[in-house]
Amino acid sequence: MPAVNGRGLLALALLAVAGALALGLSLAVGSVPISAAQLWAALTGGGDPLHRELVLSLRLPRALAAFATGGLLGLAGALMQVLLRNPLADPYVLGLSGGAAVGALGAMLVGLAAIWVPGAAFAGALLSTLLVFGLAQGVGGWTPTRLLLTGVVVAAGWGAVVTFLLTLSPAERLPGMLYWLMGDLSYARSPWPAWLLLVPATLLVLPLARGLNVLARGPLQAASLGVAVRPLEITVYVLASALTAMAVSTAGSVGFVGLVVPHMLRLALGNDQRLILPASVLAGGALLTLADTLARTLLAPQQLPVGVITALLGVPTFLLLLYRSR
Amino acid sequence: MTVLTTQDLVIDIPGRASGRPLTLRVAPGQRWGVLGPNGVGKTTLLHTLAGLRAPRAGRVHLDDTPLDALKRRTVAQRLAVVFQDRQDGFPATVLETAMIGRHPFLSPWRREGAEDLARTQQALAALSVDHLADRLVTTLSGGERQRVAIATALAQTPAVWLADEPTNHLDLHHQVAVMKLLRDQAERGAAVVMGLHDLNLAARWCDHLLLLFPDGQHCYGPAEAMLEPGALARLYGQPLTMARVDGAPVFVPADPALGDPHD
Repeated sequence: MPAVNGRGLLALALLAVAGALALGLSLAVGSVPISAAQLWAALTGGGDPLHRELVLSLRLPRALAAFATGGLLGLAGALMQVLLRNPLADPYVLGLSGGAAVGALGAMLVGLAAIWVPGAAFAGALLSTLLVFGLAQGVGGWTPTRLLLTGVVVAAGWGAVVTFLLTLSPAERLPGMLYWLMGDLSYARSPWPAWLLLVPATLLVLPLARGLNVLARGPLQAASLGVAVRPLEITVYVLASALTAMAVSTAGSVGFVGLVVPHMLRLALGNDQRLILPASVLAGGALLTLADTLARTLLAPQQLPVGVITALLGVPTFLLLLYRSR
Repeated sequence: MTVLTTQDLVIDIPGRASGRPLTLRVAPGQRWGVLGPNGVGKTTLLHTLAGLRAPRAGRVHLDDTPLDALKRRTVAQRLAVVFQDRQDGFPATVLETAMIGRHPFLSPWRREGAEDLARTQQALAALSVDHLADRLVTTLSGGERQRVAIATALAQTPAVWLADEPTNHLDLHHQVAVMKLLRDQAERGAAVVMGLHDLNLAARWCDHLLLLFPDGQHCYGPAEAMLEPGALARLYGQPLTMARVDGAPVFVPADPALGDPHD
């Protein structure tokens, strides 16, 4: 194990507990409240069949999808910030969510069944990744600054296409599209693809994390300390793009988690990627699970876009941490 | 004990003619100073010697192996670079910063052990920045950051030191301390190459000098032989006067009112 020191292990353990509590809460809360004992019975295959049905087929898949999406976004954001050596980077900074949005809205506009929307979003995100990476090559290879500028401009282009698609859309399809744009977990079909990517990706970044600590000191310094800079940067780029594409195709472009979760953790725990990367997975997952629970219960039966809740929870927390930091 | 050699090396500075290829041998125990006017390629040469830049022609060898045939990690276990400027992407403490000098010695799954911590703390103490260990590097002064950078290289326990302006931002006392440290390293068998703009530091602390001329020529040899006022005046395009203080040569710009002493 890339052992993290005692304080780090404690932080990871606390975040894991927070994640488990958020998952438990999201299973218990809803139109039919379920007590802890009833929840335990349902999860272990006993109890009221109605409760079992409600928990296992309705709430559990959605809660797991929320957790995985949050984890994907937290990890992707932390990786992008190190790759671009820019604290303002988030998973969407390279235009990925724009490409995904064009794919998803395009599918909705031509009236494809909802089951096609995640696939279309994934294809759009992939297209955007290839486009940005290809354009950033330019003459003489890419640099983080060039990648960032290319990504920001391509994102602006996608933004215009999204607005154009919204203008073309018939009024009855607009609410669904807007919800998708703000992030909405009721689209999540199955949580498993997201988990199948999240778990191996988290295990893969752990041995890379110390190299990323060195890379944060600049490419020359990293190379002089024995880091194979270009292969590491490409691995991180591909990985962060895949994580984001999966998150977006699971739940739409949920904002805020990828930018703010890694920063909150840096303010609280320091800047060792060996701790920040796994912590971002847990904290991102816990935050989004909690936010999704609130989104579907606060004004029930009306559902709120989850992105609104992540921002409402995250903004004050982040500002408080920033205010108290040295 | 590692020997750094170059074979017909031409460094790559875009838009500059190639000049004369450099064939050089830096042996353990030697302290080389690289001198030359601004922009002549001192930094580029050091980066090329470290394998961070591809040369236009020729090769660099670490002992008998060409540098480009070695893994970066293997190179980093034997050779350290002190850069002229550095970048702090995200805030990190002084201890964390110096600890990355141990990176090349750790496998991906291992964490720094007690020995790595001890080496790092010794390195910080050797540069008298151990009392700053818990401070964020971004809060340090320029000279303190320079000393942390040198401590990082020291924690790397290199056999070859490539130090680009190691005395940048340092006050006189710390200049002497850093030069003494590099001399100690050489006495213990390290090969040391420093890019310097201060002629007097080079005269005082280097036993070999490499002079890089703007026209692409160079010359090198033992320091005493290279410290010839005429050649140095041509190197910098600046008339110089030499004096001896405590037995060491000291150079100052010649007083223009007295005319060029070599006219």
